[in-house]
Amino acid sequence: MSQTSSAPAGRPLRRLGLWWDHVVDRFGRLPMAVKLLVLVLVVALVYALPLLRPPVITTQEIDFGGVMFGCAAYALIALGLNIVIGYAGLLDLGYIGFYATGAYTVGVLTSFHWHWPFFFALPVAIAVTMLTGVLLGAPTLRVRGDYLAIVTLGFGEIIRICVKNIEWLGASSGIKDIAHPNSIGGGPKPPFEKGGLFSIPRLEWDGFVPSVDRDHTTAFLSFGAVDAVPYYWLLLTALILVLFADRLIKSSRVGRAWEATREDEDAAELMGVPTFRYKLLAFAMGAAIGGMSGAFYASGQSGYVSPDSFLLLYSMLFVAAVIVGGAGNRWGAILGGVLVYYLPERFREFADYRILVFGLALTTLAIWRPQGLLPPRRARRVLRAEEEIRELEGEGAVNV
Amino acid sequence: MLLEVEGLCVNYGHIEAIRDISFGVEEGTVVTLIGANGAGKTTTLKTLSGLRKVREGKVTFDGKDITHLPPFERVKMGLSQSPEGRGIFPGMSVRENLGMGAYTRRDKPAIAADFDRVMALFPRLEERIDQVAGTMSGGEQQMLAMGRALMARPRVVLLDEPSMGLAPKLIAQIFSIITEINEQGTTVLLVEQNAAQALKRAHTAHVLETGEIVRSGSGSELAGDDSVKAAYLGGDI
Repeated sequence: MSQTSSAPAGRPLRRLGLWWDHVVDRFGRLPMAVKLLVLVLVVALVYALPLLRPPVITTQEIDFGGVMFGCAAYALIALGLNIVIGYAGLLDLGYIGFYATGAYTVGVLTSFHWHWPFFFALPVAIAVTMLTGVLLGAPTLRVRGDYLAIVTLGFGEIIRICVKNIEWLGASSGIKDIAHPNSIGGGPKPPFEKGGLFSIPRLEWDGFVPSVDRDHTTAFLSFGAVDAVPYYWLLLTALILVLFADRLIKSSRVGRAWEATREDEDAAELMGVPTFRYKLLAFAMGAAIGGMSGAFYASGQSGYVSPDSFLLLYSMLFVAAVIVGGAGNRWGAILGGVLVYYLPERFREFADYRILVFGLALTTLAIWRPQGLLPPRRARRVLRAEEEIRELEGEGAVNV
Repeated sequence: MLLEVEGLCVNYGHIEAIRDISFGVEEGTVVTLIGANGAGKTTTLKTLSGLRKVREGKVTFDGKDITHLPPFERVKMGLSQSPEGRGIFPGMSVRENLGMGAYTRRDKPAIAADFDRVMALFPRLEERIDQVAGTMSGGEQQMLAMGRALMARPRVVLLDEPSMGLAPKLIAQIFSIITEINEQGTTVLLVEQNAAQALKRAHTAHVLETGEIVRSGSGSELAGDDSVKAAYLGGDI
């Protein structure tokens, strides 16, 4: 009875899901050249987004460039965590710990104890975070499943609490004046000099009518405290580079080893895959990407980090981003990361209710599409096969 | 002896799963371990392939001590296992599963030849080559697990209960394929509950009971043994 009454309500959503899968499949079957062209156009659009400021999408109550920067940071995090969760099948509930490690390494190196330029500190931050990943992973990756989740959960909190209590790391007041990335073509000299190589005006919209706004320009490659857009561009570029690396490694022997390990660890061992080493590699790579994102965050517009930026809640949010997007699909992870950051910012006008609505949206998604918005091709294939079996069984039941 | 086990003891915590087992596998033969549920058959195979730690005893393969080698090193040496309960990769296609079987190898032409050989042994898999493995029937998954183990081009293949849960007609087919694999030159160590079929195919057989070998002999000897008949072959056969 309950089944028949819930079916009609579920129908349109399910149909929407099927239509969406169909669109994704159609796109996947397009010739490589067409796909590449679409991709280039999309990337160009994504770069230009904070200057185009399209209506509806643009956040009104908070600087849109800053929101886009946050989206890119979360997308990068989700991409890293996707390697751990989606590829290798390891549940990491303390990913914020790596983000914090990267952020604090940059903070300490460029402001608190030394005064390195950002671009020297960045590779060190990535290396330190990777090492942290190995140190955490080496003893813990021998345990499986739930235990790993618990250990990583603890790790995330340990990092935060340590940072909060160690004077050398700024304790609870955090680290400020973290170096911005080095400007090219002269840094900004407030109040009038914007620096950079050249200035780009942005669009202003009156309803749906655009006009060029020459009062608010963005200086290309100038990293100051006023404009978030150059930071966004830099981070987006890093994201695209990581995306290429991710693609390369996923289609290699390493990617196949991860996949086998995720599906059946014992069977993978029997095929000759040293599963522990590959799990550790996934952990280290995920950590490095998380640390990289943290480094960019620390040297962002505000140039400030504090222990309160690394709450446990964020680890959960990152996992949600990967799951909502579709664990195992790099585009899904990016989409998930962007949505998880963007939606609460976009709906700020609903004030306190926005988190409630956000939670409801996540719950709806979990029920409607447990496989995520953009599941990997493999998951779609399995689902389709199961659907066919269910349909065949359904027909059988009608005949009886 | 290609594979030799001496005084092997394996524990799960404080529980002794197998106790002081010794046996050998001669190159080119089919050797079977039969026994009831929980006798330690699967534990023995898992220990041979390196998934379980040895408490005491020694395993040698082709004259080399492999007691403490990790599983992937053993695969490279030519020891490959088809796991119990259809331990295939359910989300991968048949082709990708078979590809994983050859994971440690880089000799592309030889891999292609072995792929053709597996296709010839299991025509059914060829029909399903791009199907998602998890959606196939139990018998097909069993064939895939065996085919995948052969893709490593092993010198000895360990088969864990290949007939489990299959229809009688399919069981006969699986066993005749095992004989065929052996005739093509691969040594087989077979663990089975289906004692009648296993004893018929095996050159040498051992009976496992609560972690110990209680009887050994040629396949036909044990098939004629009264106590084996009573315990594993349903009285007379």
